Amino acid sequence: MTLYLFYFLSFVAIFSALLVVFSKNPVYSVLYLIITFFAIAGHYVLLNAQFLAAVHVIVYAGAIMVLFLYVIMLLNLNQESEPHKSNLIKIAAVVCGGLLMTVLIGTLRGASQVVHQPGKDIGLVKNLGKILFTEFLFPFEVSSILLLAAMVGVVMIGKGEDNSVNR
Amino acid sequence: MNIPIEYYIWLSAILFGIGVLGVLYRRNAIIIFACIELMLNAVNLLMVAFSSYLNDANGQVFVFFIMAVAAAEVAVGLAILVMMYRNTKSVDIDILNRLKG
Repeated sequence: MTLYLFYFLSFVAIFSALLVVFSKNPVYSVLYLIITFFAIAGHYVLLNAQFLAAVHVIVYAGAIMVLFLYVIMLLNLNQESEPHKSNLIKIAAVVCGGLLMTVLIGTLRGASQVVHQPGKDIGLVKNLGKILFTEFLFPFEVSSILLLAAMVGVVMIGKGEDNSVNR
Repeated sequence: MNIPIEYYIWLSAILFGIGVLGVLYRRNAIIIFACIELMLNAVNLLMVAFSSYLNDANGQVFVFFIMAVAAAEVAVGLAILVMMYRNTKSVDIDILNRLKG
């Protein structure tokens, strides 16, 4: 049963990831990316990492993808008039991606001796929070500074240069 | 859980390959950002899989931090994109080749 669920989620993830790359309209690309993220969240649930599944749906599907859609609609890019690369470059891109995938699979082949050890539900909020707020407390605080710096930078970039209206 | 870890390795490698393919294949800068997100997620998935199989919670904490960094990265990247569109009226990535030294 779990295996069939895995196959289904993997199929959905790969299929919609391919559609992200090959669909002409940027809005459709981003919507397919949301489907991919939901499939990956399903994988997280399957791996007994419920906290990360919830955070993944909230952060990616809730925040990042809304940002993407917002920018696409703000820039009015939802027409299909995007210039495309030449066929030679497209073929080269497909070959490069396929070769990289093959190399990755070949490199990581020796992991079959890793077997699942049942026990401790490490994916639950209780256990993960205990580690996050003891062992990883300092990186946690640093990431808040990172988010603040990103926010300040985005405001500075997005403000623009035209200071004709001084206030 | 009776899924071999190799299945997750294959899935993550395929998703990462699709992300690389998208970065090389498209010219729209927003789609390139989306493909970078796809690559980050492939790595996250593999990290969660190994963390869950080895009963080691550190991997899942790292995935949490990667998500925070990805959120910051997307915000800054899209702001740069909006600025680029404001100056050139296009999100074609080939326009940026004027940055070459």
